Amino acid sequence: MGWFFRALNSSIGKKFVMAVTGICLLLFLIIHLINNLTLYGGPEIFDTVVKNLESIKPLVRVIELVLVLIFVLHIFNGVRLWIENKKARPVGYKVNGSSENSDLFSRTMFVTGSIIFIFLVVHLRTFWVSFNLGHPLAAEHKYYQIVAEAFSDPLYSILYVAAMILLGFHLNHGFQSAFQTFGWNNKKYFPIIEKLGLIYTLVMVIGFASIPIYFLFFYGGNL
Amino acid sequence: MSGNMNLTLKIWRQANANAVGGFVTFNVKNISPDSSFLEMLDILNEELEAKGEDPVAFEHDCREGICGACSLVINGRPHGPLARITTCQLHMRHFKDGDTIWIEPWRAKAFPIIKDLIVDRTSFEKIIQAGGFISVDTGGVPDANAILISKDAIEKATDAAACIGCGACVAACKNASAMLFVSAKVSQFAVLPQGQPERYQRVQAMVKKMDEMGFGSCTNTYACEAECPKGISVRNIAQLNRDYFNAKLKSENVEA
Ligand code: SF4
Ligand code: FES
Repeated sequence: MGWFFRALNSSIGKKFVMAVTGICLLLFLIIHLINNLTLYGGPEIFDTVVKNLESIKPLVRVIELVLVLIFVLHIFNGVRLWIENKKARPVGYKVNGSSENSDLFSRTMFVTGSIIFIFLVVHLRTFWVSFNLGHPLAAEHKYYQIVAEAFSDPLYSILYVAAMILLGFHLNHGFQSAFQTFGWNNKKYFPIIEKLGLIYTLVMVIGFASIPIYFLFFYGGNL
Repeated sequence: MSGNMNLTLKIWRQANANAVGGFVTFNVKNISPDSSFLEMLDILNEELEAKGEDPVAFEHDCREGICGACSLVINGRPHGPLARITTCQLHMRHFKDGDTIWIEPWRAKAFPIIKDLIVDRTSFEKIIQAGGFISVDTGGVPDANAILISKDAIEKATDAAACIGCGACVAACKNASAMLFVSAKVSQFAVLPQGQPERYQRVQAMVKKMDEMGFGSCTNTYACEAECPKGISVRNIAQLNRDYFNAKLKSENVEA
């Protein structure tokens, strides 16, 4: 097995791990978004969906565990790459010309990733903890109301939207980057992959960000 | 002559690998727009020598864009502001009278500074020595067309073989990664029949050496391709990755 771990620890192996875990997270986001969009169906539909998930709790727990593992690998490898890559250039340039030769998304992966991580912690605290660990409304299966209350706070909603925009930066680079890492880059289909990545990113950002905006501006009065 | 320029140069000077370096300001006068960037530095150095001062050390050889010796990060851009040329091919007409030009060496742990603007690129040689070649028996010259090769493969191989080993890809990369260079040197053989016998051995050995030499890891920013004087495509990196995975899956060498 030594060869296997050596391969994963090589520079190419590390980006392979980033790409595989990244793709898993891209897929997870699709499922997450579909779930979130049921909020537009109103309290009954959303609460029923969440209640149904309650009924398959053991399976949900296993999936959550796998997700945590994927997140940890992605974050651990990302931080490690960042530190090692900083070390590869101990003395930096006085004049930085990187805006002339690369895009902002690719250069800011560590920053956007770090902010998304902070967002993730806050997000889990607001929703996962409330849904799972004895929020009084959760006991009554009023999940919709928990969401509505959280987003009735303008500051929270604005931060949420800002985090989604940064997530978009991260996804836009990550999507095509994963394909390049797997070696799936050729003249014919890479431009298609880049466009697909942009479409995916826009759908995710608009989809996720629309929910706090909806609750803040359109639903806020109905609490 | 009219149109000639006066410029302010901010040049990195460092006596040797271990000395503390810093920027020194020089003024050069009456530079013709037709002179090349390196000729402009030659003029500066002649003045310095006339004054009995130490000339600025910079590397150059062919001065026609084929050897890869010249380097320099000019105003933050490896080989200067223009795409697809080396520093020796850069002319002063792309600058304006009164400009301030920052000149820095390639910056990477794997490219330690020897003096001023000259860096040690031995790490590239080490990577080539690890596997960037094909082994052929000596003997009679083989027939030219004994092995048929498709035009596509030839084009890919010769495009990759255009790499002059200058190191601008490393200098441009925010991670100081050598992936573009290594990918060119792997791909030029990977697509040809002559490269097949050592294909998997080569890619594993070269990547291993690249990591050992202290280059960073590629994060697909593609700054390398944008700054490469030969326009080496990042598709070669995709090829390198494919070959690396295949080598890991197919070759039975557990030591690699
Ligand atoms: S890939 Fe381009 S930039 Fe890198 S060493 Fe070769 S010619 Fe220079
Ligand atoms: S001096 Fe040979 S490429 Fe510039």
